[in-house]
Amino acid sequence: MTALDAPRVRGTGPLRSGTVLIGRSLRHSLRDGEGLVMAVALPVMMLLLFTYVFGGAILDDGYIDFVVPGVILTCAGFGASSVAVAVNRDLHLGAMRRFRTLPIRSWTVLVGHVAASVLRNLLATAIVIAVALALGFRPTAGPGRWALVVILVALWILAITALFAGIGMIAGSPEAASGYGFVLLFLPYLSSAFVPTETMPSWLRPVAEHQPMGPLVDALRALLIGGADVQLLPPILWSLGITAAAGVLVTQVLRRSQDR
Amino acid sequence: MDAAIEIDDISKSYAHPVLRGVDLTHEAGVLALLGANGAGKTTLVSILTTLVRPDGGRARIGGVDVLRDPAGARRLFAVTGQETTLDELLTGRENLVMIGRLLGLGRDAGRRADALLEQMDLASAGRRRVATYSGGMRRRLDLAASLLSRPAVLFLDEPTTGLDPVSRRRVWDDVRALAAAGTTVLLTTQTLDEAEALADRIAILRDGRIVADGTAAELTAAVGGQRLVLQDATGAEVRSADTDGTAASLTRALAQLGPADQDLTVALRSPTLDDAFLALAHGTPEVAA
Ligand SMILES: Nc1ncnc2c1ncn2[C@@H]1O[C@H](COP(=O)(O)OP(=O)(O)O)[C@@H](O)[C@H]1O
Ligand SMILES: [Mg+2]
Repeated sequence: MTALDAPRVRGTGPLRSGTVLIGRSLRHSLRDGEGLVMAVALPVMMLLLFTYVFGGAILDDGYIDFVVPGVILTCAGFGASSVAVAVNRDLHLGAMRRFRTLPIRSWTVLVGHVAASVLRNLLATAIVIAVALALGFRPTAGPGRWALVVILVALWILAITALFAGIGMIAGSPEAASGYGFVLLFLPYLSSAFVPTETMPSWLRPVAEHQPMGPLVDALRALLIGGADVQLLPPILWSLGITAAAGVLVTQVLRRSQDR
Repeated sequence: MDAAIEIDDISKSYAHPVLRGVDLTHEAGVLALLGANGAGKTTLVSILTTLVRPDGGRARIGGVDVLRDPAGARRLFAVTGQETTLDELLTGRENLVMIGRLLGLGRDAGRRADALLEQMDLASAGRRRVATYSGGMRRRLDLAASLLSRPAVLFLDEPTTGLDPVSRRRVWDDVRALAAAGTTVLLTTQTLDEAEALADRIAILRDGRIVADGTAAELTAAVGGQRLVLQDATGAEVRSADTDGTAASLTRALAQLGPADQDLTVALRSPTLDDAFLALAHGTPEVAA
């Protein structure tokens, strides 16, 4: 009988189980072909739309240089929102029940989803930047500034992913979880991502300038094409703050659902 | 050596009390926890497998306290619940390898996954996504996931509910093989034939407590009493009265049965395990006292 020659449970540390679970989530991403295509196709289409259709009406020339940071962030936010569905699926379709009876820490399951999402979105972002360069995007940033761009974008992706992991834990179903992602599609429009805030009504401008994406878009634009002082601290604080808040939400919900 | 399962005064309420002080100790072999739908079987198994915290009481698996040291307990048991716990987006084999690696089986995970797929008759489906599996296949894969390591205690919550008769027999065979290999099993079931077919010992959960506990023969004896039955030509029971078999009691019982039609006959019946089950798990009033 096979039970007799079965190996004994040795258990794993968070590092090894985290690696296994990141692998699982990346595999999910690869399996979800449509999701992957959407994550890249959507921002590329936005880029084309803004460059060729709206561009002329909004700014005379150089609009592509202006708009790329906004498209990058829209893409990152949209891609990250799929983590809500993944987390919710684990909770509602039973996989989490198995993980919770294994000798691992259950939060490593979430780490797997979040880490895989960050990697996936960084990749999608790289593709979008490549397309933008092909379309005539001409950033002036040197390697150091590019490195800062990557850090800012990665932190933002982390923040949004963590937030959506939390949303996935409280949403009633995978379908509902995916619905919340649309909020992030609209957030960029309420910032300087696509139009200068000076063109907005005066009551809207403070909102647009101070919602988390406002300072982030400004910083990315300043890093990439120059023209203004780079304010790094506000976007970094926003991203870290959102990540921390999401982390608290996630641990609370996880603990409560375990204590039923 | 520590008993495989020790349950000490476990209680749990949701909107209503579900478990009101469950006590049960099980050393080894197959224990069937028998109870009607809603009796609290899943709640008890969830507490024992660290998924739910009880309101009171203590429980130990292989001597390890599931409340104080859940991580330690998780190294000792495996559980296959009523609902499957598989990753639908992965293949059957990927599921097993992943769980194996999370258990710390390292390089053994793949070899072990293949052996279990073979054993569960899932070898040809192993490279298909679980989303394409039938209910019976999922159940078998979930069972395989619980057998990747060598759990000291295996919990099976209604392992055959909703399965077709063929799949049901297969699960029975698997449980028997495991028991023969020395794994301690606690399985829950709503049906008596399953408990009788698999278990060395049957515990009946009702009204939040273990109301009876023993072998099939002991439970039958516990219900006690014979019954004098008025039956029709097909043997179907028309009316019955309890008796202890003495002449005085038989006369009384006969009188209790009252006037009868021509074609009815009288028979003296000893309780069956079915009677015991109905009495103990569902509470037929006259015998449950
Ligand atoms: N998470 C829960 N929240 C509220 N009530 C619950 C929960 N889990 C179980 N119950 C209730 O506890 C009782 C026992 O349920 P359960 O343990 O699933 O019984 P069984 O497995 O024997 O059918 C039922 O009345 C059920 O509605
Ligand atoms: Mg149940």
